[in-house]
Amino acid sequence: MSHDVHVEARSEEEYKYNRRKASQAMRNQVTVFAIMIFLTFVAFATVQAGFSAFLVVPLILLFAGVQVALQLYYFMHLSEKGTGIMQFFMYSGMIVAFTMILAFVTIIWW
Amino acid sequence: MNLKSKFTPQSWPEHPELSTAEGKNKVVGFWIFLGGETVLFATLFATFLALKNKGPSGMEFTTQNLFELPLAFIMTMLLLTSSLTSVYAMYHMKNYNFKGMQAWLAITVLLGLGFLGLEIYEFTHYVHEGFTFSQSAFGSSFYTLVGTHGLHVVIGLAWIVLLMVRNAGRGLNLYNAPKYFIASLYWHFIDVVWVFIFTVVYLMGVIK
Repeated sequence: MSHDVHVEARSEEEYKYNRRKASQAMRNQVTVFAIMIFLTFVAFATVQAGFSAFLVVPLILLFAGVQVALQLYYFMHLSEKGTGIMQFFMYSGMIVAFTMILAFVTIIWW
Repeated sequence: MNLKSKFTPQSWPEHPELSTAEGKNKVVGFWIFLGGETVLFATLFATFLALKNKGPSGMEFTTQNLFELPLAFIMTMLLLTSSLTSVYAMYHMKNYNFKGMQAWLAITVLLGLGFLGLEIYEFTHYVHEGFTFSQSAFGSSFYTLVGTHGLHVVIGLAWIVLLMVRNAGRGLNLYNAPKYFIASLYWHFIDVVWVFIFTVVYLMGVIK
């Protein structure tokens, strides 16, 4: 494990630029949060409104998928560079997860 | 440069959690763990979906007459908001603002505690109605799925509180920045799982 860490001191200009970039990124995160809140509201509202299950179920599953994607790519920073290996492991987990759920809701019954 | 050396906001790296080999390994290793956690929760979701509303003949408990949406809605809002507050905490971590980070993490913990309190209330309410873990296959699968998520919330809260207490007098350095970062990843993952729980268990449960 390396204890030799080379940290380049940033110049004043670079520092200010990075700070501005970070606060812009934070504003984007708040926008993402607003979208997630909105999707949650719509999901609850469609269920409460009592539409047909054939319409509501795919819709709320889609909303859940979008919310999770936003959470993973923005809140958990997977949209940044150099996250390929992390995405590989996460997607591998998701493929196993999807297969398992598919099997349990289709070919297993009581 | 030593891992524990002091920084100024200007000398603090842009990605403190990835600027040491240890930090990089921690983050990648944690994503491998999260991939495994995804599979763990998938088994519990699959079991729940297969055993939903199944039990001894004449069982009165179904998702439709058991679940109450307003409660699930408040719990969802608490956890979603706590996810944003931990994003704020990591924003301050990257700006080398230790007090700001600790304050936002404290808010995260409070929201998490609120969520946990409501979940405990919900479970005790069901148990008083007679819907227990051993009452039916439905009961077992429900409590195992939602309870495992609740356990994750407990672990996440204990983890964040421990980090805050342990590093309170120490301030930020390249040794503990990755620790804070992966604790926040864990907290986001808890919210990811909850998004599916409120959709698949609660919302799909109350649809007639």
